[in-house]
Amino acid sequence: MIVRVFLLFMAGLIIYVAPMSCIAQDIRIGSKVFTESVILGEIIAHLARETGASVHHHRQLGGTRILWDALLAGEIDIYPEYTGTISNEILSGEGLVTEKEIRDALGSRGLAMTGPLGFNNTYAIGIRQETSDRLGISTISDLRKYPELTFGFGNEFLERGDGWPSLRTHYALPHIQVTGLDHDLAYRGLVSGSIDAMDVYTTDAAIAFYGIQILEDDLNHFPVYDAVLIYRGEWEESKSNIVKFVNKLEGRIDEATMAAMNARVKLDGLSETLVAAEFVADQFNVVVTVRKTSWFANFLVNTYEHLKLVGISLTAALVISVPLGVIAARWRKLGQVILTVVGLIQTIPSLALFVFMIPLVGIGGPPAILALFLYSLLPIVRNTHAGLTGIPPDIVEAAQAIGLPRLAQLRLIEIPMAGGMILAGIKTSAVINVGTATLGALIGAGGYGQPILTGIRLDDVGLILSGAVPAAVLALLVQGLFEVVERFVVPKGLRL
Amino acid sequence: MFELEKVSKRFNSLTALDDVDLIIPNGRTTVFIGPSGCGKSTLIRVLMGLIEPDHGVVRYEGAPVNAGSAMQLRRRMGYVIQGGGLFPHLTARGNATLMARYLGHPTEDIYHRVDELAELTHLPSDALDRYPAQLSGGQRQRVALVRALMLEPDVLMLDEPFGALDPIVRYQLQTHLRDIFRGLGKTVVMVTHDIGEAGFFGDDIVLLREGRIVQRGPIRDFVDRPSEPFVEHFISAQRTLIDSLEDGT
Repeated sequence: MIVRVFLLFMAGLIIYVAPMSCIAQDIRIGSKVFTESVILGEIIAHLARETGASVHHHRQLGGTRILWDALLAGEIDIYPEYTGTISNEILSGEGLVTEKEIRDALGSRGLAMTGPLGFNNTYAIGIRQETSDRLGISTISDLRKYPELTFGFGNEFLERGDGWPSLRTHYALPHIQVTGLDHDLAYRGLVSGSIDAMDVYTTDAAIAFYGIQILEDDLNHFPVYDAVLIYRGEWEESKSNIVKFVNKLEGRIDEATMAAMNARVKLDGLSETLVAAEFVADQFNVVVTVRKTSWFANFLVNTYEHLKLVGISLTAALVISVPLGVIAARWRKLGQVILTVVGLIQTIPSLALFVFMIPLVGIGGPPAILALFLYSLLPIVRNTHAGLTGIPPDIVEAAQAIGLPRLAQLRLIEIPMAGGMILAGIKTSAVINVGTATLGALIGAGGYGQPILTGIRLDDVGLILSGAVPAAVLALLVQGLFEVVERFVVPKGLRL
Repeated sequence: MFELEKVSKRFNSLTALDDVDLIIPNGRTTVFIGPSGCGKSTLIRVLMGLIEPDHGVVRYEGAPVNAGSAMQLRRRMGYVIQGGGLFPHLTARGNATLMARYLGHPTEDIYHRVDELAELTHLPSDALDRYPAQLSGGQRQRVALVRALMLEPDVLMLDEPFGALDPIVRYQLQTHLRDIFRGLGKTVVMVTHDIGEAGFFGDDIVLLREGRIVQRGPIRDFVDRPSEPFVEHFISAQRTLIDSLEDGT
């Protein structure tokens, strides 16, 4: 019976693998996980399609580090970036100041950069209007007088070289109540009063919407963050028409235009695709028909992607970890090593694991599947090991004594007897896997994490639930499925 | 015929067998007896190749018993242990027929043989389709015996086969088993700590102490001509309770 179930899984693997082979893409665009970047990505996509190229846009692929690594690894060809981020964060050790220095530094890495697109989206510190009026704070220096204020910064701002660490030193800020949180959640925290100050991007739509007071950078800490596009250097030589369309965007988007587009998406609830289409129609007379995809079509795509992530990673984990558990049970010393290693893997944070894998397997499904595979090992290996070592010694001896060869003992006696434990391990792995797979969206793998991520970005609870609820339901279904399988796999004699 | 030549086995600091020389003839019942830790269970496992001795040679019908030959040899030996050692995920029938099915014997022969052996061991036929957890202790032991006899072994090995049974069931099974052994005329090797049981079954009794053979022979010899005070002490220790009752009347 175990063998039959295994074959079913293998058949499933083959079905899943077939659609994995991607269609050829001429231009692969990346965007970061905030609205402005997604809009810029869509604008590039609309213009790129005009050149006749086939285009794939990895929307909200991740943070700066993931996009940069993906570009270096050749997983994407182009993405929107900011000069300040390049000089102060990505290449912060190199002391880059002028546009030319940045351009040269990129060139030495096989990358190229457009001129500024026309707007400066720098960091700023924002507080509630009410706080500003009550305490008389209008500059960042004024914050020094109120060390009791609580700050909530985006995780990226909290860590980056040009973020909180240098801001604190530059202004000698005494505040100790500083927490890291998602940028879009920080707005809600500020409005609800759970934090007093946050980092904002100056083109954020929410600034005007929530009536947030921007504090003057009176000691000139924040550098200029001119929006640019950075892309693979090969384009300079080979694909001249693509370079032309990329350069078309230089100087075409001013701050008011960008803030308005952000507001159209975040406040009016239009799609980035539509807002980007309006822009290219207005500026370049490029007419794009935007097909509105239904909620249900999105749901099906997300479900397919999620099942793919879970199905492949879990099947692979099953194929590897049951034999690993058998080996661990058979050779005790080697077993300790195996259990320690799979235990250690479990402690690596998922985002860190994703970032490690970009140079190895790129972005999208493969790194997410590899990470999920690694996280699925421990419960199965541990339960297989425990199930096998827990078989009473007289049973093991009887199996030997009747003259069964070693492998037949394993197949006919030990595996069936440990079947319940092994299955419980697989069940644990599967349920954890379904939940963890939502994080795959952080690296462009899609799945139910995609609407959750977008929902957080757009402050849209409905959208968050449209990913979170199916993920929970899927976890329950998987659990139920394994309980049914259990009835067939666990021998009746062991259930008495 | 088993031959043991200078066989020794240690488990860490514990000496289980110490330079044992022994010949076990065919067609007779030989019983290993002795106090806990005397090496009697190690001895029966060494005969089957389940435990490899540190020193010395074990031969069965002239061929050495070792890692290479043991698996084939075990198929010519039936093995019954305390509690039966039945596989809990298989029915009684599944347990009994596992090895024959593995070896690809014809199904019809297998089922014919099981029914024959169930009758011989007085196992009710409906018990064959139950799982070990659904059987009584005596039935489990009978199933273990059916399993052991399934491949028509030349030798039957029994390690404390009655240890887990209550006295009445034990008595019934003992009587019945002795009749079966006599009827089959097989070589039987049994381990027990009970001198009465040893005398009841054994043509030949081997008393062990700390890995060495102390005395060997028919039960009469142990009572009439004990080789050393330990033998006398071992015999009388088990008789004292009944005797003291008799003295009182």
